Amino acid sequence: MKRVASTEPRYTCRFWQVLALFLVGAMTIPADEVVAQSLDDALESLIAADSYPEKQIVIETISTIDDPRALIALEALLEGQLYTTRQDQSLVIAESVDRGYQIRDFLTDEDLGRVGRRDVSRISVNNSLRGVLRGLLATSGLEDDDPRQRRLAVIEIGHSEDLSMLEVLQARRDQESNGSVLRAMDVAEATLKLDSDDEEERLTSIIAVSSIVDSHVRTKLTRLSTNESVSPTTRQAALDALESIEDRVENFEILKTVFFGLSLGAVLVLAAIGLSVTFGIMGVINMAHGELIMLGAYTTYVVQQVFPNLIDYSLFIALPIAFLISGSMGMLIERTIVRALYGRPLETLLATFGVSLILQQAVRSIFTPLNRAVSTPSWMSGSLEIVSGLEITLNRLCVLGFSVLVFVILLFVLRRTRFGLQMRAVTQNRQMAKAMGIRTNRVDTLTFGLGAGVAGVAGVALSQLTNVGPNLGQAYIVDSFLVVVFGGVGNIWGTLVSGLTLGVANKLVEPALGAVMAKIFVLVFIIIFIQRRPRGLFPQKGRAAEA
Amino acid sequence: MVASIFSNHERGGKILLGVIALGLVVVPFCNLVVSPESTFHISTFTVTLLGKYLCYALLALALDLVWGYVGILSLGHGAFFALGGYAMGMYLMRQIGSRGVYGDPVLPDFMVFLNWDQLPWYWYGFDHFWFAALMVLLVPGFLAFVFGWLAFRSRVSGVYFAIITQALTYALMLAFFRNEMGFGGNNGLTDFKDLLGANLQSDATRVTLFSVSALALAAGYFLCRYIVTSRLGLVLVAIRDAEDRTRFLGYRVNYYKLWIFTLSAIMAGVAGALYVPQVGIINPNEFQPLNSIELVVWVAVGGRGTLYGAALGAGIVNYAKSTFTTLLPEVWLFVLGGLFVLVTVALPKGLAGIAGRIKSFQHG
Repeated sequence: MKRVASTEPRYTCRFWQVLALFLVGAMTIPADEVVAQSLDDALESLIAADSYPEKQIVIETISTIDDPRALIALEALLEGQLYTTRQDQSLVIAESVDRGYQIRDFLTDEDLGRVGRRDVSRISVNNSLRGVLRGLLATSGLEDDDPRQRRLAVIEIGHSEDLSMLEVLQARRDQESNGSVLRAMDVAEATLKLDSDDEEERLTSIIAVSSIVDSHVRTKLTRLSTNESVSPTTRQAALDALESIEDRVENFEILKTVFFGLSLGAVLVLAAIGLSVTFGIMGVINMAHGELIMLGAYTTYVVQQVFPNLIDYSLFIALPIAFLISGSMGMLIERTIVRALYGRPLETLLATFGVSLILQQAVRSIFTPLNRAVSTPSWMSGSLEIVSGLEITLNRLCVLGFSVLVFVILLFVLRRTRFGLQMRAVTQNRQMAKAMGIRTNRVDTLTFGLGAGVAGVAGVALSQLTNVGPNLGQAYIVDSFLVVVFGGVGNIWGTLVSGLTLGVANKLVEPALGAVMAKIFVLVFIIIFIQRRPRGLFPQKGRAAEA
Repeated sequence: MVASIFSNHERGGKILLGVIALGLVVVPFCNLVVSPESTFHISTFTVTLLGKYLCYALLALALDLVWGYVGILSLGHGAFFALGGYAMGMYLMRQIGSRGVYGDPVLPDFMVFLNWDQLPWYWYGFDHFWFAALMVLLVPGFLAFVFGWLAFRSRVSGVYFAIITQALTYALMLAFFRNEMGFGGNNGLTDFKDLLGANLQSDATRVTLFSVSALALAAGYFLCRYIVTSRLGLVLVAIRDAEDRTRFLGYRVNYYKLWIFTLSAIMAGVAGALYVPQVGIINPNEFQPLNSIELVVWVAVGGRGTLYGAALGAGIVNYAKSTFTTLLPEVWLFVLGGLFVLVTVALPKGLAGIAGRIKSFQHG
């Protein structure tokens, strides 16, 4: 991204304000009357001021006072919430309630109760004052310590249509070190300069904004391209810029759709990958799988309740705990129920469904049927702006990365560890594995525990994306089975591919059909697909396929 | 083996038919003739509740026919039930006429509310009872036929079949929740006024509906019983126990499965059609996968592959459900979940199995 070359001299922000104040002040009334030192004095003069120019001077004075309440006063003034009482002319903040106002003393913040419409009078502002106020507030936002707030302030300035703000921006630029704020400044400057009278400058800024995806920029460009008073070159440039923005938007839309699809796919993979161990490798239908995911999500909630100061680390704490809780629950289910029903898949399905109902109701009884709020760690919230107009929410990106990580670990366990070897041996030929000295019962329990534990880990990740409630598991169970079946039973690569494919497919058809129809479409597609290829995308070959 | 499948079922069936016949005499008498003050009076509420159980029993019977005798576990039978219910609901909706809140003579209230100006084409004909009745049979039957044709031909069976039937009912639920579908969205069809000119709120109509449900259950039982004791029934059981062997013997396994599955869906549709006028509402929640799975538990509790056991299980589980959800709503899902586990692990033959075990114990 290239910076807009600027020819204007750069002042410091404070200096410019003082200068403006001085100039305006010198023209109207003697300066010593209004340049008050304390906020209280300044507010007194605000109440006393009876013309808009006079108010403007006072407002600018207030903005230079180093007091957090000064900003509050300006904001209230802009919102039209600053009033004086008729009784003693004291300053209050009033909110309109039916047929009257709820008022608060401005200085003491004391609640003064309700008053009638006639008991207070508003400190009125006109449009030009509002502009000044917005500018001053945005300027103060530029000095915020949080770069995100600074960026928002810069964007606000870009939308202000106030050319004088250019100088503020340029003054501020020297002190700015944060890259995203600087980029936002470039955009804001270019956007403001679109209104410039200088043909040359306008053309430069049109080219500068032609890669910026921003609705405000588009409105301005459209206005320019139809404006008869500007030169045809400029109009054409504006049209070209608009077109290139449209192209960009379209490309971004596709990229975004693919990303959303991948992120939905990652959720599906996470939900299904534990199942691809228990169902795919062991051949056991575990209808309580969704509830094991739910347990993982509730574990996150409990961890956050127990350590409210460690929200940023809560996910890392919750991951091993969720693995253990869901894993042991899985082993318990295997030992008590699944074991008694080996070789009877339909009965296993029903019995584990019973377990899922019990777990659901247990959670409902302990945590109430309401959804629980799980907070997002600060490092996962917000979004990542890759280029202007293309933003990716961080939590989805993290979940995508996490699901790939879980997949890789699982693949490692299955392919490269002793336990994985035993697991595969038992799957392929139980009798022979037994003869070689593998304790097949123990391997069964551990395999089931592994699948269940992975479900718990998935729950921790899902707690960041969906509501954590007793029905969380049910929402995923049909989907996860379909993902496993679609990918091919007994093949965790298949699960990864099918999960991501279904996710992207779902998001691709969504714009055309709408969310619900897209979901139905995918379901129907899978139903038909399974009819054509009952063993999924990547069927097992050889002897394992007979099992 | 074959002999053991049929042993002892006659008696249970006779008891079931006896109970239905008794109900057909006693319930109308105690509701309509006995005065409300008497202890023997059966309230209309109870009549409707019993009628509901009868519909559930018919539905369970339909599932037992495919699961108990052919070994096809369908986790989507609730969908056929709901489709039958919707077909009936559409007829009842059209009977409201201009008595709706908006008073439109043609359009049902929800369509007026959605600003539709004409009836969608698929609502045509539903003002005639005969047409609606035909659709009650055809719609579930057709869906089951197409679905089964595709699935059985590709030899999708066992767990895979169970999962895709669940996906089917789930997809239908999502579809029916949409307002654009023209079936009332999540409110479904309700506020019915009358059926064939008879006021749905009147005691006589309720008792008639109860009686029709009882007769339908008896007819369903006779039909299923006839099928499973015929030569066809023997083939079905053979398919259940050794599908490949049956196929190698020269039987066209897919066709047998397909026809039984379709017939079962039609029975489920009839059950749904009788259910809707009694409860007075049909909405997409009937498509919930949970409902279909609960239905499997009715059959499992009563005893799979016995027919009468399925009807019995439907009655008992639903009675338990009504009792628990009014007295201890928190506990119901624990009980239901426990039932799933208990029945599959400890009582594979259900309650009917217990009766058999006691008998063989006495003989042994």
